[in-house]
Amino acid sequence: MADFSPERVGIVTESTGNEVLRIEHLHKEFEGNVILKDLNLTVRKGEVIVVIGPSGCGKSTLLRCVNALEDIQGGQILLDGRPVHSGAKDITLMRQKIGMVFQSYDLFPHKTIIQNVTLAPCKVQKRPRAEAEQEALELLERVGLADRRDDYPRQLSGGQKQRVAIVRALCMHPEILLLDEITAALDPEMVHEVLDVVLSLARSGSTMLIVTHEMAFARAIADRVLFIDEGEIVEESTDPKEFFTKPETPRAQAFLKTFDYE
Amino acid sequence: MQSLGIDVLFKGTNFLRLLEGLWVAVRISLISVAISIVLGILVGILMTSRNMAVKAIFRVYLEIVRIMPQMVLLFIVYFGTTRVFGWDLEAETAAIIVFVFWGTAEMGDLVRGALISIPKIQYESAAALGMSRGMAFRYVILPQTIRRLIPLSINLITRMIKTTSLVMMIGIVEVLKVGQQIIEANRKVSPNAAFGVFAVIFLMYFLICWPVSRLAVWLEKKWA
Repeated sequence: MADFSPERVGIVTESTGNEVLRIEHLHKEFEGNVILKDLNLTVRKGEVIVVIGPSGCGKSTLLRCVNALEDIQGGQILLDGRPVHSGAKDITLMRQKIGMVFQSYDLFPHKTIIQNVTLAPCKVQKRPRAEAEQEALELLERVGLADRRDDYPRQLSGGQKQRVAIVRALCMHPEILLLDEITAALDPEMVHEVLDVVLSLARSGSTMLIVTHEMAFARAIADRVLFIDEGEIVEESTDPKEFFTKPETPRAQAFLKTFDYE
Repeated sequence: MQSLGIDVLFKGTNFLRLLEGLWVAVRISLISVAISIVLGILVGILMTSRNMAVKAIFRVYLEIVRIMPQMVLLFIVYFGTTRVFGWDLEAETAAIIVFVFWGTAEMGDLVRGALISIPKIQYESAAALGMSRGMAFRYVILPQTIRRLIPLSINLITRMIKTTSLVMMIGIVEVLKVGQQIIEANRKVSPNAAFGVFAVIFLMYFLICWPVSRLAVWLEKKWA
């Protein structure tokens, strides 16, 4: 398994106690529809939190609020104690600390793989190209794609593109990674290669907030599971095995039942 | 079989004059295209504005250009405005003004189309990497827009080259006009010259436009 220890990957966490992300009374609505209501969540360093719930429950919106791709109508989101807000002056700085991987990979189609992953380190963080490239190559090596450095995204499979997208986020040395249904668009046989990368990231201590529909994966990786329905956290569990076998709330029970074919 | 009337082109400097005429046509279209591309990019960006007034203004502009025959525009600018505003306009300048007026509108619309065809998530993944709006535009959106734009704007270039045949109507001696002059001058000795001369002019337009349009096809494939 690839080595993604914080020293190797370079994930840095400023020492503001143990807490990386704090969401307080988050309220999000869109055209009169309430999408998230009074949502509270604290993420500690090294914690892997998996968010599950029926589609349209607001879990993806929650992730998009965390790095201010969505504006919020109430409450606040704090990273290392500093507010993340779409209108804020330091929003580009804050977003560098929050890595995000999307469902549809969204690599830059006009750039090669190596250019995709080094663009932001070079242009945003103004790091020397040689250094950024060396680090990028090490990370690409770990996801088994170093030999594709000069290919274009269209030459890669979905699973390969998604692994590149993960590397692209890691190259910015984020304090927390947001993974938004990153295997939902993949063919089943490609899901594993991507989730393996995420598993090894988790083992090496990365802090992650993951939205997924892969229940077996959620169970294997989560330190904490959040079940969200209709914009609120219905059930929260620090014991994933317990949660997936015997959920407490009827809504979580009903949701998990939809994955059974017995 | 009758003579094809090509022989007149080998008399005196006739063929050279034809080439000079062709250069006039190509020059007018090249200058117009160059200015249209620069202005068109600005107009195209403005056209994606959310401001209703800005949108409406450019909508009207685009419609005017689409509805008005280029010849009418040429007449208005060359014969109309020179009298009303009393300025002294060279025919070639008038032609370039009209072609730029037309080209900027069409180019603007192409730029607008290319810009809105870039998925919103491209902006978002750039933003998620900490890029400012300007950076995202420069490194992510603009390069993709230009790739989509070049094949389309090359088609506009060929249309412009073809449309330069109208500028003889305001007295510019371009390739078609030179052709007419040659035919007129040789009406007695070579009555079939109309066929030969116009056929050669057809070939000249073809030789200029065809490589340009092949280039568009090639680029389209390359960047698809």
